[in-house]
Amino acid sequence: MAENVTARVRAPREASAGEVVSVRTLISHPMESGMRRNGDGEVIPRSIINRFVCTLNDEVVVDITLEPSISTNPYLQFEAKVTESGTFNFTWYDDDGSVYEESSDISVS
Amino acid sequence: MSLTRRKFVGTTVTSAAALAVLPNLSLAEGAGEAISAYTGGAATSDTGITLIAPEIAENGNTVQIEVSAPGAEEIIIFADGNPNPNVATFKFGPAAGSQAATTRIRLAGEQDVVAIAKMSDGTFAKAVSNVKVTIGGCGG
Repeated sequence: MAENVTARVRAPREASAGEVVSVRTLISHPMESGMRRNGDGEVIPRSIINRFVCTLNDEVVVDITLEPSISTNPYLQFEAKVTESGTFNFTWYDDDGSVYEESSDISVS
Repeated sequence: MSLTRRKFVGTTVTSAAALAVLPNLSLAEGAGEAISAYTGGAATSDTGITLIAPEIAENGNTVQIEVSAPGAEEIIIFADGNPNPNVATFKFGPAAGSQAATTRIRLAGEQDVVAIAKMSDGTFAKAVSNVKVTIGGCGG
């Protein structure tokens, strides 16, 4: 069970029509790989973010499957093409069933 | 069949040698199997995909990699020397501005990082980058 999970997103607020913008996301999460052992030699159960989806106005930008080889506090950077004003929605899916959501508005001038 | 001392020594040595070699083989073949499972054994071209990874990573817990493959539907990343070679799969949707992404991965030790792009015409492109790791990142 991951605690104190905080998602942070950096996406531009404004863009011109047709512009390709860079989006950066970071979520604080231990990404326990399920390979490590604690002091008593017991395996620490796997607990990771296994999927991340970013949409812009309900159109998929990226859909990423994450495995235990992704570092603690998964950082993801990608680009989106903005044609009209709208909202970015970011969703992270945890192994324990939790879903973390974040959104960011963008206006096209 | 009678087991003579000579035969016994012979078989013990062979099986011990086989046992010693097997674990190494299975690790080295890890990404190879995963890759052929992904591509279905299809040939991969070396052009059309770029993988940027550091030559030397001081800390195997966070190694920043960047991958880019214009025209790709999907990019999959493998770490050849990790206990589980799969790292991440990027699927690009209609609103993607480019078929490129950056993330940070764990590497258990010096190894090849492999990126394979599945192009929209069904072909595959592959890029490999060797990374030397000073401190491994799998809690070992």
